[in-house]
Amino acid sequence: MSGWIEVCDADDIEAEDVMRFDHGGRTFAIYRSPDDLYFATDGQCTHEKVHLADGLVLDDTIECPKHNGRFNYRTGEALRAPVCVNLQTHAVKVEAGKVYLLPA
Amino acid sequence: MTELRIVIVGAGECGVRAAFALREHGHAGPIVLVGDEPHLPYERPPLSKPTPAGEPLHKPIVAETRYAEAGIAFIKGVAATSIDRHDRQVLLADGRRVSYDRLLLATGSRPRLLPGATSNGRIFTLRTLEDAEALRARLAAGGRLAVVGGGFIGLEVAALARRQGMQVTVIESGPRVLMRGVPEEIAGHIHELHAAEGVDILCGREILGIDERTGSVAIRLSANRQAEADLVLVGVGSTPNVALAEQAGLAIDNGIAVDAMLATSDAAIFAAGDCCSFPSALAGGRRIRLESWRAAQEQGELAARNMLGAGEPYTAVPWFWSDQYDHTIQIAGLPEMGVSVVHRELREGFILFHLGSTNRLVAASGFGRDMAVAKDIRLAERLIASGMPLEVTRLGDPQFKLKELLSA
Repeated sequence: MSGWIEVCDADDIEAEDVMRFDHGGRTFAIYRSPDDLYFATDGQCTHEKVHLADGLVLDDTIECPKHNGRFNYRTGEALRAPVCVNLQTHAVKVEAGKVYLLPA
Repeated sequence: MTELRIVIVGAGECGVRAAFALREHGHAGPIVLVGDEPHLPYERPPLSKPTPAGEPLHKPIVAETRYAEAGIAFIKGVAATSIDRHDRQVLLADGRRVSYDRLLLATGSRPRLLPGATSNGRIFTLRTLEDAEALRARLAAGGRLAVVGGGFIGLEVAALARRQGMQVTVIESGPRVLMRGVPEEIAGHIHELHAAEGVDILCGREILGIDERTGSVAIRLSANRQAEADLVLVGVGSTPNVALAEQAGLAIDNGIAVDAMLATSDAAIFAAGDCCSFPSALAGGRRIRLESWRAAQEQGELAARNMLGAGEPYTAVPWFWSDQYDHTIQIAGLPEMGVSVVHRELREGFILFHLGSTNRLVAASGFGRDMAVAKDIRLAERLIASGMPLEVTRLGDPQFKLKELLSA
């Protein structure tokens, strides 16, 4: 995979929320922070195969909907047991009202 | 304080979490973790989803190397047989004596059995890895499974067995499934879901006797019914493992009785997880015992901090989930403490908000496809913890965002 991929309109994700995005056989979670910045991580929790897009975003953290593992979605850092493996993050940019993703 | 010798008896989710939490909170002294199972500590096997044949059911809680890295002495496959409170030592089955300054009992619980039923290789309970492996090996297409007890374990196994092509009957002595802690409306949906999948659910049936035959088991039921099965799974609740504590003279009350800080009647000994009962503020100070994955984690963590002197009470909102087919139930708080209910419809499920007498949220229970209820239940959990009075009409409005209540 190479180059930026168009994900959605910037308005498609609410502030302090997350959306699932599938592309090229991979799944991602795309976040909009409370201060309207956009971020992306791998879609599934590093503990079990549960999609993070069903989880709750509060400030800088995403909480896995199942085991309550928490990550900082800006950095991918695992914050609370049972998760101990960091999340892979991906570059995101917003241009002309569209969100783009560059998978790592 | 940091050189305290800390011993943890029980190496399940609770004991393991406690051991690592001690290090995370700066404890530099010795930590000994004693587990009576012959395995590296593992997550309780999920049987709500089929584990493909060949895929191991043993899923370590943490990798083996991390115990040594964290300086945790893990004693595997050795039971603790008694506690010498005077000399502050734990006696192990192999004759060793381990000294402690603080002791955590995380001894868990064990499945209740049916009186009078001996196992002839056809009657199973589900708790350990061995239980799960034995059951997996016997779940075979075309066979007949009788599940005794319409609780979570029974229903999750029923769903799994249906997916494997078995004929399944669930026998429940109460008037409905999920009598404990699950509102009737949600239990009704679960019942329908199982019925639609072809599970035969018999409620209000007492078991009069179990006849073990050569090739099968016959369960005699009230109202002149009988269920015949090749395999029986008994899921009628669990009993806290209190023998060690009881023998040591610690207070017992539906589990090892602890105070709000998780200390037992001996200030040097703590208990956490399935094995303990604690006074719950949400339950109006009544003593309750939780048997959930989350409580085991949180109590293990808190007991660790309190053994180091934090002095914090356990106030976490109880929470658990159960997967049934492609649906999930999630419950936060104690629904039975509610006096009124507000229904909130979601896109692929619904949530019941259980309110106390002053419009404070005491529980939320959700049922829906996959993780449809997860976000709102998580927010509800925070609203329960906050104890703030809520506007009832807004909770039921599907357009209203619960998050706004938190920032209010």
